[in-house]
Amino acid sequence: MKIKNIIFKAFTIFSIVVLISCETSETQTVATLTNLVWADEFDTDGAPNSENWNLLTGDGSAEGIPGWGNNELQIYTDRSENVSVQDGVLIITAKEENYQGGSYTSARITTKGKLDQQYGRFEARIKLPSGKGVFPAFWLLGDDEGGNLVWPQIGEIDIMEYLGDEPTTVFGTMHGPGYSGANSITKKYEILNDRFDNGFHVFGVEWSPNRINWYVDGDLYQSITPEDVNEETGGAEWVFNRPFHLILNMAVGGNLPGSPDGNTVFPQRMLVDYVRVYN
Amino acid sequence: MKTRIYTYTKFTLFLGLAMLTATSCEREISDEAVPATFNSSGEIFTDSPVGLTDDFFVSFDPNVGANTEGFGTDDNVSYEGSTSIRIDVPAADDPSGGFIGGIFRDRGEGRDLSGYDALTFWAKGSTTGTIGIVGFGTDFLEGKYPSGRPNMQLTTDWKKYVIPISDPSKLTQEKGLFLFSAGGLDIIDNIPNGNEIGWTFWMDEIRFEKLGNIGQSRPMIFNGQDVNEDVFTGTQIFLNDLVQSFQLGTGEVVTVGPSYNYYTFSSSDSSVINADNIELDQFGNPFLTVLSAGSAKISATLNGVSAEGSYTANSLGSFETAPDPTKPQSDVISIFSDSYTSVSDLNPAAFNDDNVVISVPIANGNQYISYENLNFVGVGWDGTVNASPMTHLHVDVQLTSDGAKNFIVELIDFGANDTNDGLGGTDDSAGGYLVPSSQLVKDSWVGIDIPLTAFNRPTGGGGAGRPNINNIGLVVFVSTSLDSYLIDNIYFYK
Repeated sequence: MKIKNIIFKAFTIFSIVVLISCETSETQTVATLTNLVWADEFDTDGAPNSENWNLLTGDGSAEGIPGWGNNELQIYTDRSENVSVQDGVLIITAKEENYQGGSYTSARITTKGKLDQQYGRFEARIKLPSGKGVFPAFWLLGDDEGGNLVWPQIGEIDIMEYLGDEPTTVFGTMHGPGYSGANSITKKYEILNDRFDNGFHVFGVEWSPNRINWYVDGDLYQSITPEDVNEETGGAEWVFNRPFHLILNMAVGGNLPGSPDGNTVFPQRMLVDYVRVYN
Repeated sequence: MKTRIYTYTKFTLFLGLAMLTATSCEREISDEAVPATFNSSGEIFTDSPVGLTDDFFVSFDPNVGANTEGFGTDDNVSYEGSTSIRIDVPAADDPSGGFIGGIFRDRGEGRDLSGYDALTFWAKGSTTGTIGIVGFGTDFLEGKYPSGRPNMQLTTDWKKYVIPISDPSKLTQEKGLFLFSAGGLDIIDNIPNGNEIGWTFWMDEIRFEKLGNIGQSRPMIFNGQDVNEDVFTGTQIFLNDLVQSFQLGTGEVVTVGPSYNYYTFSSSDSSVINADNIELDQFGNPFLTVLSAGSAKISATLNGVSAEGSYTANSLGSFETAPDPTKPQSDVISIFSDSYTSVSDLNPAAFNDDNVVISVPIANGNQYISYENLNFVGVGWDGTVNASPMTHLHVDVQLTSDGAKNFIVELIDFGANDTNDGLGGTDDSAGGYLVPSSQLVKDSWVGIDIPLTAFNRPTGGGGAGRPNINNIGLVVFVSTSLDSYLIDNIYFYK
């Protein structure tokens, strides 16, 4: 697979800050860390391994952010119909159903308290869903030190986000103080002659003290350093020097990506073959 | 149009195997022999037609209104290169034909398009007109796999359009490489009534492509609905409303209309309906036939994807059609009958209540009308009939529900101006006849013969009874008890 063009795009609520494009080339090093320190290969059928994963439930109210800060429509559950391991893959399923006052259910699982790691290579092999309003993600969220720190101060690294009505693009994003939400630093990756819901693809970041690299299937498409953040934001703080935990989820509706429409078929499923962490 | 000579490769088929002979000395079929394949070029038009027949454009039949004069190439306009195809869409009232359309056909034995997933082209319009359909697979010969994308609205700048292929594996020898049809632009009322004006569009870089980014196939039969109907042995079930949507790489959802040949139909009970035995009517519409009493559900797949929609036939068994009329045509003015020449453009529901379910089934080659849960319905047609030379109205009626058998037949006459002006203070008139309940027998055809002097009842629509009969424009059926009826052979006679 080749990347022909790398697209910067300002979303409605995402990136306004735009970095200078970094062209891919044969000489670029995509990943250097190869010492596997944590993995879930999803080889045991049933609920996700509780030693690795927390299953979040509800609409975000318990966390103080109803709609998960994005006016999302789904209610997360820990039911097997929304999250389970089958035949070697983790399946997160978004369903259209009346449940606890909502119209959609889905799942959001995190490693908080089970894998909190500073620096490393975080990657997953994922087959994505499709349809307007479907919004899956694989991401890292910084530790809040028992509630003493709040987003965006804690930092967020979106390894992969994807909108179901843009089946050929994913985007990698960084949120921190002064560069979050609409002002986050983000970049799109477009796959050529293929689409992300037709098969599995590897999404990852390599996070080191002074650089974060985003890649898809071995193609590096975004690289951000503290100097970049400093230049683009006029001196905002680099907050990616603390432990972060992993999150996999599938949202439905919200400010981004907008609500499902008549062409969105439910249920929609995100399949995860593995999640691996290296240092 | 430029004239050029195109060379092409002729392929020869040896019982499905191509023998390698050019350099081989082997006497036996080589291990390297492979099934013969056809030209796999996807190119159709770049700056000139690629491998098409000498006539390039084969128009639809001018006898049905196709305009053959608006097709050409344009050396001054192109998306790439030097030349595009220019279509001058005629006005609806153009004496040379009110629409334009036709096909491009392969000049060889057909192309192997199985390696592609879409037909693509660039186009722009002189205005934002809509091309009625663009597709492929129609070759005016024996093409089995037509498909097309309807109602593509153009922009006034060049834009690329994509028509996904439902199942490329079917397209191993396609002669019908391109099809389009376009009519005039209606800026007044968006109703096809002859006021559409001409416009122009250009097409360039027409080819089959492997895009790789088309997904989310959603094939449908019966428009994705689960239809459930009571039928009889001999009823023809038409495989209508075959559509399939895809999501393009841009996220845009587009819909095509694939031929029934792309689908694999199945029946839950082949003794009731054999889904392998698809027949075609005189217009080429595919249908299945109910074979016996019982229940069978028709479903389908397309390229391995289950189609949304189904048809469940609840067959009540053998169906006795209404008796064939015996009066000679000369003594009859027929509204609806397979036995006579009838009025044109019959409409079994020119007006109707909101709850009646109307169908026009065919059993044993005989068409009838079914009104379920009837309150009222008007049967209309083109123009009016003068029934004054006649003495009676005949209609065959079969009651199919348990009900009070309250069945009224009404006539509405449009008066000397031959126009439906509504009743009350106009020259229109109407009257009704209550069919004696004793005449109606459940599940049996009954011939009702009503003297034209017997339509004495006031009608629900405001008619006073005793209508004129020189300009009859509607026959109305009313059931105040909301019964269900089958209707056949509506005619005036003497």
